[in-house]
Amino acid sequence: MSQPADTQTTSQENKPKRWVYLLPLGLFAVLMVFFFFGLGLNPRLIPSPLIGQPAPEFSLPKLSNPNELIQHTDLKGEVSLLNIWATWCTSCRQEHPVLMKIAESKEVPIYGLYYKDVPEQGVVWLQNYGNPYLENAVDEDGKVGIEWGAYGTPETFLLDRDGIIRYKHVGPISWHEWETKLLPMIDSLRKNNDV
Amino acid sequence: MMSRLTCLCLLLFFVTTVSAEIAGFPFESEAQEQRFRDLSSELRCLVCQNQSLADSNAGLAQDLRSELYEQVLTGNSSNQIISFMTERYGDFILYKPRFATKTLFLWLAPFLLFIVGVFFLIRFSKLRNQTQSIGATEEELQKIRELLQAEEKENQ
Repeated sequence: MSQPADTQTTSQENKPKRWVYLLPLGLFAVLMVFFFFGLGLNPRLIPSPLIGQPAPEFSLPKLSNPNELIQHTDLKGEVSLLNIWATWCTSCRQEHPVLMKIAESKEVPIYGLYYKDVPEQGVVWLQNYGNPYLENAVDEDGKVGIEWGAYGTPETFLLDRDGIIRYKHVGPISWHEWETKLLPMIDSLRKNNDV
Repeated sequence: MMSRLTCLCLLLFFVTTVSAEIAGFPFESEAQEQRFRDLSSELRCLVCQNQSLADSNAGLAQDLRSELYEQVLTGNSSNQIISFMTERYGDFILYKPRFATKTLFLWLAPFLLFIVGVFFLIRFSKLRNQTQSIGATEEELQKIRELLQAEEKENQ
C-alpha cells in the first residue's frame, strides 16, 4: 500500500489530458468525412481500366451488311464515339433521341456495338426510330463486349484519332451531359489531342 | 421425425443448388472443376454487385462464367484469368481487394485501430488501478476494517 502523498502526486500526473476526451469526436469527424465522400459515390459507376488504352481489337460483321466486316482499326483517323447498345436495353431507347441529335449536329461520328441481340431486330429498330450510327458492329454472343469491359448498356466510349480510349460514359447520355462533358472533351481532343 | 424431414429437405435443396452452379460445364478433372468453382466465387458480378459470378444469373455473369470455363479448360493459370478479368473490368471485379497503395489504408486500418485500442486500454487500466487507492494511512485502513467487521457481526 502506498503512502497518501505518493498516490496523490502520481494520480495527478497520470490524469488523462483534456485532448484525450476530444479523441472520440475527432474519430467521429474522420468517419463523417469518409461517409460523406463514400456514400456520394454511385456504386454503378465502375471506373474502366481501359481509359488511356488502345481500343480492344475486334473484327465483326456490319449490321447493315453481314457480309462485310468492321474492325477496331476502322475507328482510327478521327475522334469518334463508340456506343454499346441493344434493342432489349430500355435505357438505350431512352438515349436514342440524344444520339440522333448528336448525329445531326455532325460533331462526331458515332459507331455502334450492337450487343447480344438478333441482327434483324436491330435493323428494324434503326428503320423505325432513325439511325444515328455511321456503322454498327454485330456482337451477337457478347464476346467483344467483354473485351470492352461492358457491364451495363448503354455505354459510350470516347476515342481519340489514334484509337485510344479517352473517356467512358455508363448509362444513357443526356443532352446536358453531351453539351457540358463530351463536346468540350471532343473539342479539346481535336485541338490538342488531349482531354 | 418432423425435424429429420426438414433436415432432409434442406439438404436436398442445397445439393441441387450446388450442382446447378456447375451444370452445363463438364470438366475433364476434379482439379479443373475446383478451380472453376474457386474463381467463380472470387469474382464479382458487375451487374448484381453483391453476388459472385457463381451466384448470379445475370446475362453478363453467365457470359463471364463461360469465358472462365473456356479459360480453365485451355489451362490458363488462375493469375492469368484474374488479370484477364481486371484488365477489362478493373479491380472492382475482385471480391478481395488487392494490396496496393490505393488500398493500403483499407488493409492496415484494422491493425492500426487495434494498436490504438490496446494503447488506450493499457493507459486507462493503469489509471484506474492508481485511482483505486483512496489515500488512507495504514492506521486508518485498520480502523475501516474494524468498523466493517463490526457491522457484519451486527447484521448476523
